[in-house]
Amino acid sequence: MIWSWIPQNWSLIWQLTWENAKLGVLSALYGLIISLPLGIIAARWRWFYPPTLTVVNIIYAVPSLALWIALIPAFGLTDTTVIIGLTAFSLCVILPNVVAGLRAVPAPVRQAATAMGYGPTRRLVMVELPLAAPVIIGGLRVGVVSSISLASLGQLIGVSSLGYLFIDGLQRSFPTEIYVGLICVIVLAVVCDLVLVGVRRLLTPWQPRRQVALAQWPGLQRVALRRRAA
Amino acid sequence: MSFFSYAWDWVTTSANWHGSDSIPQQILAHLGYCVLPLLIAALIAIPAGVVIGHTGRGAAFVVNVANSWRAIPTLGLLILLAVYLGFSVLTWLLPLVVLAIPPILINTYEGVAGVDPDVKDAARGMGMTSWEQVTRVELPIALPLVLVGLRTSAIFVVATATIAAYIGLGGLGRFIIDGLASNEYGPVAGGALLVVVLAVLVLALFAVLNRLVVPAGLRAQAKLGRTE
Repeated sequence: MIWSWIPQNWSLIWQLTWENAKLGVLSALYGLIISLPLGIIAARWRWFYPPTLTVVNIIYAVPSLALWIALIPAFGLTDTTVIIGLTAFSLCVILPNVVAGLRAVPAPVRQAATAMGYGPTRRLVMVELPLAAPVIIGGLRVGVVSSISLASLGQLIGVSSLGYLFIDGLQRSFPTEIYVGLICVIVLAVVCDLVLVGVRRLLTPWQPRRQVALAQWPGLQRVALRRRAA
Repeated sequence: MSFFSYAWDWVTTSANWHGSDSIPQQILAHLGYCVLPLLIAALIAIPAGVVIGHTGRGAAFVVNVANSWRAIPTLGLLILLAVYLGFSVLTWLLPLVVLAIPPILINTYEGVAGVDPDVKDAARGMGMTSWEQVTRVELPIALPLVLVGLRTSAIFVVATATIAAYIGLGGLGRFIIDGLASNEYGPVAGGALLVVVLAVLVLALFAVLNRLVVPAGLRAQAKLGRTE
């Protein structure tokens, strides 16, 4: 470890971290934006979900690098290519959580909202989405962390990201650079993860913290749902 | 559509199917990089997931750490090990094991922790020991989710074994990395297509496996549930 390399290359590290963050965070956000309407449709009309899930599972199986390569003729070696590929990946992680979160809203709660005179849209926005928020954010956390990590692969097709530090470090056999790259990716991902934990606490202040820790993890609800509905 | 036409032209060129570093050889090499990491990851993550799911101890650890774990960039870890260890087995094995552990761990944990408490009580009431409860009741019920975890990991490993080529190893990534380096889109597209085909085959394999190993009772229950 040659510590002096870090301050000497501070602006490079900062720039790559910023670019990596942009790729990862934008992809996860686009994934969320596409997942929400699809998830709402799938939660309301049950027949829509099984075929969607099949498509999602297949997209999920397509490696990001392969998807980028397929997009090169259309979009070139650009940020757009990387972001589209990672958006597809995040979509596959987030959509099942949107559906699981919305389906886990207890029927009596929905009925109470209807009885209070809430129309379908108002009920969705005021009651169902807030109750599903922890599970949706749980999916978003996985999406953003994975996207940030995967974005570093973008360097393989020449899109600037923290992967540059790995590749340059390999070519120069210079471990310091590789360590810096690894730590920057992990810290960046963990920071984004913690920001989302904070957002969830702000959005759902009524939930006790301990319970939330488990409730936002989609699996436990997914297990219950699968037993009930699948 | 030009991706598919490039990929198709390259895959159907018969010269690519013969000689050293041909498509069949690289497919075999690719699968070779996938099997061992998956086995090791399963041997670590399934018992760990079962213990945490059964006892409930360490649940917070799984929930919080497993997600951050995904942040570890496989390419970075691979390159770091390559700089220190060269082409040793550990160089490609360790990053892929690290990659494969979280999905198996989380899903096994979820599966075991999510077993209906009534069922657990019934097993205990019948006088089953802890070991019997786990192996004869909880694990079979958790099996569909364990398979989901294994499937996800298998897909990740098949996808990521591609980058082993970056440090000079074989596998389908060879075509992609070499093609990118020499600005030839044909092998890049063809290699990518073959990786996708391999991943989809893994998906299909697990669909079959699911049918074979999930207990009949669970499947019957799932069918009943659907008519509700």
